[in-house]
Amino acid sequence: MSDWPILSIVTFLPLVGAALLLLINGEEATVARNSRWVALWTSGFTFLVSLMLWVNFDATTADFQFVEQADWMPGLNISYHMGVDGISVLFVLLATFLTPICILSAWEAIQKRVKEYMIAFLVLETMMVGMFSALDGLLFYLFFEGVLIPMFIIIGVWGGQRRVYAAFKLFLYTLLGSVLMLVALLAMYFEAGTTDIPTLMEYGFDYNMQLWLWLAFFASFAVKVPMWPVHTWLPDAHVEAPTAGSVILAGVLLKMGGYGFLRFSLPMMPLASETFAPLVFTLSIVAIIYTSLVALAQQDMKKLIAYSSVAHMGIVTIGAFTFNQHGIEGSIFQMLSHGVVSGALFLCVGVVYDRIHTREIDAYGGLVHRMPGYALIFMFFTMASVGLPGTGGFIGEILTLLGAFEANTWVAFFAATGLILGAAYALYLYRRIVFGALTKENLKTILDMSPREWIIFAPLVIIVLWMGVYPVSFLDIMHVSVENLVNQVETAQAAAANAAQLAAN
Amino acid sequence: MYPLIVFLPLIAAVIAGTITLVGAMSTAKEAPHDAHGHHHHGASSADRVAQLVTVAGVVIAFIISIFAFVDVALGGNPVVIELFTWISSGNFDASWALRIDTLTCVMLIVVTGVSSMVHIYSIGYMSHDPDKPRFMAYLSLFTFAMLMLITADNLIQLFFGWEGVGLASYLLIGFWYSKPSASAAAIKAFLVNRVGDFGFALGIFAVYVLFDSVQFDVIFGDAEEVAGTTLMFLGYEFSALEITCFLLFIGAMGKSAQLGLHTWLPDAMEGPTPVSALIHAATMVTAGVFMVARLSPIFEYAETTLMIVTIVGASTAFFAATIGCVQNDIKRVIAYSTCSQLGYMFFACGVSAYSAGVFHLMTHGFFKALLFLGAGSVIHAMSDEQDMRKMGGIAKMVPLTFAVMLIGTLAITGVPGFAGYYSKDLILESAYAAHTGVGMYAFWAGILAALMTSFYSWRLIFLTFFGAPRADERTMAHVHESPAVMTGPLLFLTVGAVFAGWFAKDWFGGGNYEEMLSFWNGALFMAEGHQALEHAHHVPGWVKWAPFFAMITGLSLAIVMYKLVPTLPRTLANTFNGLYRFVLNKWYFDELYDKIFVKPAFALGYGFWKSGDGAIIDGCGPDGVAAVCRNIARRVSAIQSGFVYHYAFAMLIGIAALVSYTIWKMG
Repeated sequence: MSDWPILSIVTFLPLVGAALLLLINGEEATVARNSRWVALWTSGFTFLVSLMLWVNFDATTADFQFVEQADWMPGLNISYHMGVDGISVLFVLLATFLTPICILSAWEAIQKRVKEYMIAFLVLETMMVGMFSALDGLLFYLFFEGVLIPMFIIIGVWGGQRRVYAAFKLFLYTLLGSVLMLVALLAMYFEAGTTDIPTLMEYGFDYNMQLWLWLAFFASFAVKVPMWPVHTWLPDAHVEAPTAGSVILAGVLLKMGGYGFLRFSLPMMPLASETFAPLVFTLSIVAIIYTSLVALAQQDMKKLIAYSSVAHMGIVTIGAFTFNQHGIEGSIFQMLSHGVVSGALFLCVGVVYDRIHTREIDAYGGLVHRMPGYALIFMFFTMASVGLPGTGGFIGEILTLLGAFEANTWVAFFAATGLILGAAYALYLYRRIVFGALTKENLKTILDMSPREWIIFAPLVIIVLWMGVYPVSFLDIMHVSVENLVNQVETAQAAAANAAQLAAN
Repeated sequence: MYPLIVFLPLIAAVIAGTITLVGAMSTAKEAPHDAHGHHHHGASSADRVAQLVTVAGVVIAFIISIFAFVDVALGGNPVVIELFTWISSGNFDASWALRIDTLTCVMLIVVTGVSSMVHIYSIGYMSHDPDKPRFMAYLSLFTFAMLMLITADNLIQLFFGWEGVGLASYLLIGFWYSKPSASAAAIKAFLVNRVGDFGFALGIFAVYVLFDSVQFDVIFGDAEEVAGTTLMFLGYEFSALEITCFLLFIGAMGKSAQLGLHTWLPDAMEGPTPVSALIHAATMVTAGVFMVARLSPIFEYAETTLMIVTIVGASTAFFAATIGCVQNDIKRVIAYSTCSQLGYMFFACGVSAYSAGVFHLMTHGFFKALLFLGAGSVIHAMSDEQDMRKMGGIAKMVPLTFAVMLIGTLAITGVPGFAGYYSKDLILESAYAAHTGVGMYAFWAGILAALMTSFYSWRLIFLTFFGAPRADERTMAHVHESPAVMTGPLLFLTVGAVFAGWFAKDWFGGGNYEEMLSFWNGALFMAEGHQALEHAHHVPGWVKWAPFFAMITGLSLAIVMYKLVPTLPRTLANTFNGLYRFVLNKWYFDELYDKIFVKPAFALGYGFWKSGDGAIIDGCGPDGVAAVCRNIARRVSAIQSGFVYHYAFAMLIGIAALVSYTIWKMG
């Protein structure tokens, strides 16, 4: 079993499902029903297979595992190279875990073009998994950009009223970064003669080249995270996206930027990373404070949560650039827990949006009277978002801030204001939606969560508690790889410092 | 067996919570057109199960706690029970573990004891409320979190309990969620506490950076060594433990409602009265004092921070007492009183008389819970009236409630023989015996606060129970003594309010100094030269008598103003109108914070959103670029060149076209 190409199976199984979907034809209702089931079975099975990665993962080595390598363009020294380490394997699982949940959440909400919707989601899953497992620069690039195509379509076709504007805005932002990243990849190829990621990690580009490469990658990753001030596409994209689109967007797509920093910027451009760390810190701090305050002023539930994502991702980017074990592990953990928690929060919005069809906060109030189950679930994820100890949100936050404190106390000081501001907008949102008297007529007959909705939330609740109470299960997997990354960065930085010392003498 | 103390309340909370959820969901389903307003008030069998399970959980925890106290504190057998690893990253390790030493045991008795009584009392107090299981579930959840806090073996678990009680407090303050004021108070409590936690978290990081551990034994063992080092924080080089303890103390100020971060506590009175007794008087708000006492091995090496602790504590004791003198809401009087008494506990810690601080924490736990539950009984009798101006003349109608409130008052004002007398006098004597400037400041602030404590406490008694009735006839006709399920716990707490001080004084430093040291068995630490407590017994006679005279003076003033010359308060208020309004409006803290924090935050948020994101970023970014692109695209006709980026651009345009086509086709 272990010599099976598990990664390729996990990556392309959804694509096979998508192909199967293409074959479904007939009456509209039947097609819709069959598409849903095929998509659910495919993604569910993919998740089960992906658990093999978890079970068979060897946490004692920093090497890439489940490696597959095949010639692709041998003349150009570009190969189909896949593999995961302690940094990426959990992201693969995050993607395979959230996809079936998204499909289930769209069960009733999506009524038109169900088949196409499911195809888009399965293609999206392939792209996401491929992106996190690719060990070749070009392959990575293809998946990285490929993710956007189904996402554009999901927003553009099944989105809200301003969907075209949102998709276009997303496209414009991404365009800039993508071009620069492609140029940087080609520059690396011409310099090192390969696009193989493990080889490039060892290569050691000279300092000047690192600076340019870093900036080019930064342009792409910063948009994806998104970092302030290139974040404005996110609220629009979220607002217009259907619920499941938002879940995947917040849950997995935002992590592409953070993952990119850890896979490319830090190991390949350690000196430039050190040089630019203050810039990252500054932008992240601005993001935390600025977007938290903006979130406080929002009238639209989804916009509020979207802005809160920007603030939470600010914590992630700070952690990545602390260059120490706590910061980076915290950063990865924060990405994972934010993936689950913000996904769940968007699902919470979806629950009431499906019933009342508005995202206006003022249209709600007093839901607890009619929806006690919903009130409980929403409270749970609000608290997880606030970083209450015992939930996954706490672990990532505390480790990242600890790492930041070790790196620079100013950074920790400003970033920790997120503790206060994050609680402010989250509790204020919850209060306006759930608490208060139930006075609005259309809310008086609203129904509590259906069994299907409970089934969607149950695994999310379990995983958030698991991450909060016994995070060791997740941290153990990343320890060795992160340690290796930290050493790599430190060695390079120390060597450069030594060289500078020698030159000065 | 000890883990049961902590986890029984959790299990009970989960069971009661499940009952709540199942019940609420079936009610919501049953009556789609009459979601609220229709409630059956009697206790259903499900309610009974929830009440039984939660009461049983916490009472059993109390009984085991007594065994723990005997074995650990009296028998001298402290233990640490490791459960399992919680967080591990690099050298950063934190376990789920239960540390049970003398300090924990004292807290266990207070927490499980008061919590048991409040649980039982709540059965009666909430008998008219439709949400009984939810209330019981929250109470047990709170108890669990508080127990995790006091049994923590490292700072991270302490923080877990710390935030956990914060959550429970938030849920309970906002228990009546239909009331906007309750929801607002709940958020305020959470946020103000978060401001404290901001400091607390930074303090924890500093501890880790200094000690390479967050575990208590390691920290305490290396404290002396680290004391001489420095720590760079925000560009300044601070003495390592000074800045660390200061940051941690900010957390304590938030949780224990000290001056500046106190504004949430009076608002927290929006919660049902048993909550005020348990959380906002006896247990949660004392967590800050507990934290300072627990960390005494590092605070002892932070002289300046200890001075700050003393000043903040003493100032709070005085400041809150002034406000307590003029409030008209019975619960708010007691809330400010709590704030003030917490100040005493802090300045006791500030002069290194930790055991005196914990002593007062313990006695205060009993008599303040008694006063609150007594006030609850009064409110219950007065058909939910809380304004003392509409009370009066009910002493004979609720004799038992009157008697226990009277005893609570004797205890808090420090009448010799009652619990508060021993602990408060010990604190004041220690402050004097510290022989420092701040110690003297604390002493005099404490004496003045004692005077005012006596005044407002007796004022409360006179306004509530004596004189002519000021309530309407219907209310007066309805006045009744509470049922046994409520008066029983009152009697239990009364025993504590009377005897706890006398019974425990030798353990806490009120008697033989050596006996105190052996009781604590190292759980509290006092550095060489910090001898306030040791010298407390050798203060001049007038110092020992001063609190007593302050108490008599306060009592006399109250008698004059509220019994002999009832017009005097109004005359005084008119004469010193400015001062009166200043104090009545709580020194304008809320107004100030609203102006400098709350309003600007919303204004900034709105400004950033509309001008920052909207006009500047989008204007110069995507929207602007889009406009420019449209212009360029019209002019550029051919893009055929050898440059790589042109191909890339073309590829992306291709993708864009494909997407646009798909959207156009499908949309």
